Amino acid sequence: MSIEHLTNMANDIGAFFHAEPVREEGIKGMVNHIQKFWTPRMRAQIIEHLREGGEGLEELPRQAVQSMAESAEAKQ
Amino acid sequence: MLSIAEKDFGTPAPAPSEQLVTLSIDGFEVSVPAGTSVMRAAALGGIAVPKLCATEQLEAFGSCRLCLVQIEGMKGYPASCTTLVAPGMKVTTQNQKIGELRRGVMELYISDHPLDCLTCPANGHCELQDMAGAVGLREVRYGYEGENHLKLEKDESNPYFTFDASKCILCSRCVRACDEVQGTLALTVQGRGFDSKIAASQDDSFLDSECVSCGACVQACPTATLSEKTLIDKGQAEHSTITTCAYCGVGCSFRAEMKGQELVRMVPNQDGHANHGHSCVKGRFAIGYTTHPDRITKPMIRAKITDPWREVSWEEAIGYAASEFKRIQARHGKGAVGAITSSRCTNEETYLVQKLVRAAFGNNNVDTCARVCHSPTGYGLKQTLGESAGTQTFDSVMEADVIFIIGANPTDAHPVFGSQMKRRLREGAKLIIADPRRIDLVRMPHIQAQHHLQLRPGTNVALLNSLAHVVVTEGLVNEAFAAERCEPEAFAKWKTFVAEARHSPEALEADTGVPASEVRAAARLYATGGNAAIYYGLGVTEHSQGSTTVMAIANLAMATGNIGRLGVGVNPLRGQNNVQGSCDMGSFPHEFPGYRHVSDDVTRHLFEQTWGVSLQSDPGLRIPNMFESALDGEFLGLYCEGEDIAQSDPNTQHVTAALSAMECIVVQDLFLNETAKFAHVFLPGSSFLEKDGTFTNAERRISRVRKVSQAPAGYADWEITMLLSKALGYEMKYSHPSEIMDEIASLTPTFTGVSYERLDQLGSIQWPCNDHAPQGTPIMHIDEFVRGKGRFMLTEYVPTREKVNGKYPLILTTGRILSQYNVGAQTRRTANNTWHDEDRLELHPHDAEERGVKDGDWVGVHSRAGETVMRALVTPRVQPGLVYTTFHFPDSGANVITTDNSDWATNCPEYKVTAVQVVRVSQPSEWQKRYRKFSERQQELLKQGSDVLAVK
Repeated sequence: MSIEHLTNMANDIGAFFHAEPVREEGIKGMVNHIQKFWTPRMRAQIIEHLREGGEGLEELPRQAVQSMAESAEAKQ
Repeated sequence: MLSIAEKDFGTPAPAPSEQLVTLSIDGFEVSVPAGTSVMRAAALGGIAVPKLCATEQLEAFGSCRLCLVQIEGMKGYPASCTTLVAPGMKVTTQNQKIGELRRGVMELYISDHPLDCLTCPANGHCELQDMAGAVGLREVRYGYEGENHLKLEKDESNPYFTFDASKCILCSRCVRACDEVQGTLALTVQGRGFDSKIAASQDDSFLDSECVSCGACVQACPTATLSEKTLIDKGQAEHSTITTCAYCGVGCSFRAEMKGQELVRMVPNQDGHANHGHSCVKGRFAIGYTTHPDRITKPMIRAKITDPWREVSWEEAIGYAASEFKRIQARHGKGAVGAITSSRCTNEETYLVQKLVRAAFGNNNVDTCARVCHSPTGYGLKQTLGESAGTQTFDSVMEADVIFIIGANPTDAHPVFGSQMKRRLREGAKLIIADPRRIDLVRMPHIQAQHHLQLRPGTNVALLNSLAHVVVTEGLVNEAFAAERCEPEAFAKWKTFVAEARHSPEALEADTGVPASEVRAAARLYATGGNAAIYYGLGVTEHSQGSTTVMAIANLAMATGNIGRLGVGVNPLRGQNNVQGSCDMGSFPHEFPGYRHVSDDVTRHLFEQTWGVSLQSDPGLRIPNMFESALDGEFLGLYCEGEDIAQSDPNTQHVTAALSAMECIVVQDLFLNETAKFAHVFLPGSSFLEKDGTFTNAERRISRVRKVSQAPAGYADWEITMLLSKALGYEMKYSHPSEIMDEIASLTPTFTGVSYERLDQLGSIQWPCNDHAPQGTPIMHIDEFVRGKGRFMLTEYVPTREKVNGKYPLILTTGRILSQYNVGAQTRRTANNTWHDEDRLELHPHDAEERGVKDGDWVGVHSRAGETVMRALVTPRVQPGLVYTTFHFPDSGANVITTDNSDWATNCPEYKVTAVQVVRVSQPSEWQKRYRKFSERQQELLKQGSDVLAVK
């Protein structure tokens, strides 16, 4: 799936959770949303994209994907 | 003509009353609820009082003078239809004097009525004929030579019914049906005395008048004056079967009146819980598609989409499809195939397809067309209220004091509910409409919206936040409700959020385009006007913030306590007949039936045990993800049942590129639709008349679909899915759809009380139906929300990334029209094209003038996604800067222009906001030229296939 498309999707999700005044809660909400609705391959792609610099990812989505990446690493 | 199967009690049942009135009718004691008419009381007691102008579909009128009775202590001969029962009343319905009076009345009627009963279409079910017999008419003393109306010409302009004025008895039932039932007020009695006649609009033909062809007048007519053309052609039906309409989400109940296996006419069911005997032009009349010559009745296959289709046996077609899916999975992995269901499928069909995907394909790549319409409703209502469904019954609107319509056009898209809503509005309910376009309900006979919030497309969240701001800052919150019923922390957070000055109507006026004073007044009305009910449609969901808007709606309802009782609530008006059902049945890549996530171990194990397979715990691909993956070469096989993604999904060129990249597309449908032109296997499906099943309407109402004729290709759709599953190596064993429903009930907590037997007993059931609610649940969230406490969500307004600029200065929004239905596969193959035979681009006179465009000119519509050409309709219904079109015809390419932008939570496409430019042109767009060539080629390939077979 095109990384530009996934980045846009992540940014759109991030824009919703940005309203949450406690940033940690917003990040948690976004991670939970992606876990629930994205396929494993899409999740792996966005994590890989972040590892390669995460071009285009806005701040909150970047933090959320970072958190996903850390969880994935912890599991391994 | 009334239904051949229904008994008519003459006047409507009164409002429910515990007070019974006992009276004597012809010496028999009868007890009926207070408020019942004498005529109805007699009918309930088994005594038929002759009548002509009375029918229980309409309020009593008292004009025909045939139902005269004698009542002890009352002067003269009161009309039994307009006289209400009283305790101890003594009524005589038959004696010599009454008989003479009735014969005198009938004599006058018959003196000016054709005596062609033997060749009359109503013969056998004509109320005039019946009454002549009932009163014992034996002669007409006036003769037939005098001045009369027998030579009046028929009006045959309407494609579905004929108006034969020579047979009219001026009972006014048609006029009253148009007023009371439909609410269009298109008919009137024109002239006085002998010159009186029924006229449509300003004495226009029926076709040219305001008539919307709902057929209420035809059903109400006691003679053959207004008759269905199918009845005239085919003669009287001999049996009828109750079934459910296959069009919009109202889910009207109909009696299919049949002659053997041939449908004579559809008559709305008086006992129908969603429609109470009413219908629209689609459900009643637009049924001809089921027998249209375009229907494909043989399975077909081809290796490439450039090959001719080859008609084959079911075994070969199913075998080929299964072998292709297996080949693709062997080479590209288990996840390289998937399926899409349609909201036109029954619950049982949808359930089986998701079961096939999960059990036979071994993945979760199953989605349904609710993805592109109401998926944000499912998400937004689940987050806030705890259940992905509307909260009310349709009848609840009759208790509403304030009706708030957001992004919906009920009189076009949900016409039967639209009529009910109009009845309530005529009774005095107040109306708020939020819509960029001036829909009919903004101002029509006897109805005017108190507030039309004519917002800019894409600013729903801003508008709802500003309404909430007024509610919170002006102290209009129902604090007691919120404190008792909602999560306190989330409520407090939300209050702080919406109270910020940036959410005030004044601050957001520049974004929404709605004057702040109107927003404030509308908010006050909604919060303080009594029972306030919100009705919304795709104008809410099909946005980049569709889910946020649904949550904002739920917030507003919770904040004002407008939820959990009759007359209030959050009511999504579902587009297609089974949108609710297809979502309920787990046709989503992340959910099992009953909205339970695939990662939920307990639920997954339950399905694993019952189905005897292990299931995936990660979500699969959504429809747009499938397209993206196809273009990446990772998703190559698709089983598509009843859905036309090539026409209905946004950014057509992107969709068709994805379809072209797939190696095996199996389409199961009635027709060679747009998607089938990219398919390799065609499995001929069955129409709603040819199978058993259930549909679930917008009220969560499960209703039976009953088979009245054989599927021309031999199999119902659920049987075809079973064949395919077996060929894939996973055998399903059901001998009837009732067994599928039994399995659904055994696995789904909200359906445990549902069975075909129970549906037959109750007529219909609104889920949840289980031990806690054995009769079903008409109103949800009464004492507590499904999720326990209601949850307020923060709804930040995020403008869409689809921006207008110098190159694309206008906003295009799309919608529907009364006579056509979605992609038009059904209605385009009926006479409904009489009213709408092409999609047109509505634009404001100011924008038209700037571009030198006149009404009817061809205009090119360009967006960032593509370009198409259609004819212009210059109208002030749209505001300057806004253009609008429907999407019922593939050639108009409305979705060539729409973009890939989608709802952040569900990927529901942003159909409602596309930046475009409009210019006058003289020829079709390049896409249209390519499309026509491709489409013609596909028709040739279809013809070549059947020609080869004919030669053999």
